[in-house]
Amino acid sequence: MLDRRSLLLGGAALALSGCKVFDNASNSDSTLHRLFASHEALTRTAQRALIGDRLAPEFAEADIRQGQRPNGSVDPDSAAYRQMAGNGFVDYRLTFTGLVETPLSLSLAEIAALPSRTQITRHDCVEGWSCIAKWTGTPLATVLNLAKPTLAARFAAFHCFDAIERSLAGEVLYYESIDLIDAYHPQTILAYGMNGTPLPMENGAPLRLRVERQLGYKMAKYVHTIELVDSFASLGAGRGSYWADRGYEWYAGI
Amino acid sequence: MPNGPLVYRQRLVTRITHWIWAVSLFFLLLTGLQIFNAFPSLHIGLESGFDYDNAILTIGAREVDGEIRGVTQIFGAEFDTTGVLGVSDGDVRAFPSALTIPSKQSLATGRIIHFFFAWILVGTLTLWLIASALNGHLRQLIPTLADLRALPRDLADHARLRFHHSAHYNVLQKLAYASVLFLALPLMILTGLSMSPGFNAAAPWLLDLFGGRQTARTIHFLTMLALLGFFAVHMAMILLAGPLNEMRSILTGWYRTDKESHDA
Repeated sequence: MLDRRSLLLGGAALALSGCKVFDNASNSDSTLHRLFASHEALTRTAQRALIGDRLAPEFAEADIRQGQRPNGSVDPDSAAYRQMAGNGFVDYRLTFTGLVETPLSLSLAEIAALPSRTQITRHDCVEGWSCIAKWTGTPLATVLNLAKPTLAARFAAFHCFDAIERSLAGEVLYYESIDLIDAYHPQTILAYGMNGTPLPMENGAPLRLRVERQLGYKMAKYVHTIELVDSFASLGAGRGSYWADRGYEWYAGI
Repeated sequence: MPNGPLVYRQRLVTRITHWIWAVSLFFLLLTGLQIFNAFPSLHIGLESGFDYDNAILTIGAREVDGEIRGVTQIFGAEFDTTGVLGVSDGDVRAFPSALTIPSKQSLATGRIIHFFFAWILVGTLTLWLIASALNGHLRQLIPTLADLRALPRDLADHARLRFHHSAHYNVLQKLAYASVLFLALPLMILTGLSMSPGFNAAAPWLLDLFGGRQTARTIHFLTMLALLGFFAVHMAMILLAGPLNEMRSILTGWYRTDKESHDA
């Protein structure tokens, strides 16, 4: 026998589901948000224990069936960047700074003269889509060995030319950071080539990061400075990345 | 109404894990739809086709005669789903705000809640598996030969809405619960993990087993629909078999059986 009251209660519960009760979790200072966000430490610890220094899957040439879908900034409008791009990036310098013994300033030609790695990998956007492309670049580990991080260094932070938004305080520039486990991983490269051509502007020219065991937003485009730091305190809003400052996980392995 | 003796049918571990799953799956569903809304299409293959088409489902919006309409495409067939999918309450969004947590578009918040409850689901499922292996509950879920022989009769009885209240699960219950616990939930967890670029490094074979990340994502979605189907039948059975007795058994463990139970 169908119980009318149960049905009504069920309906009420369903209507409640879309309710705004849990909207408070969007506020990153709320207790609810912090409770849910606690999964990140567990996820990171578990994944690190499982994967060690294993490689992300690599694919065959035949799996490249389309161009790399660009996302986020595709056309940085800073004057300095526009001028360099107009010049074919001959004036571009990649700066290594912060907690390093040997600060570096490298031109694209100097970076390209270092041993390179080419890998066909799948780019996973946090939104849910994936795209396979071939990336060529210099392993970050190679350049880190030249710059020699000090013992205090814990993270490599990537500062970029592109601003995704403007706030009252001015442009908010994109930045990211990874820990030294990912920084020294063999597939972590500073890519200057994509699908056999120089890195297109919409994909981060002249240089972007590839961190193949994490989501797309970790792979900063338009990188101009790599800063070795011991904490996130001096970066953005203090959570270690542009998107982490906006409620996303800093560790984006899932 | 059964008027036989009360029997202790559900152990404490069974009851507690049942309710933790109920709460977890509620959040996983509604945050899952939130996450889906960030890229509302399903594909088959290693990647999502942008320059070619490997989508089997797409929920979008399109302007028709100066009005925004919700459009859902399934295997190339197109449906106007304005008001529910694609466009709802004047907003362009795949699933309506009444079906997502948070109600507004927030991929970041949807993700942290989803993964939080995913961990709880994995934890309680593991706990339940160990406890049920030890206390004998697992054996109660696996249909016996006698059960399978009784299947036609059980099907006929259910079709006539003639329910037996015994100390043990009937064969359809066993098949339903076992499918959820041993097939659907593990499949949900494994396809979910296959979408993780970190986990892919640990188990690339799992990715191959599911036929690539986008296929895994599609299977994740379809298994969600299967679980919803189970939920609908589960609710209907509770209401039809006597909601007070059924609720008492999953809250207190005590269940009133029929006076002349066939297999008690």
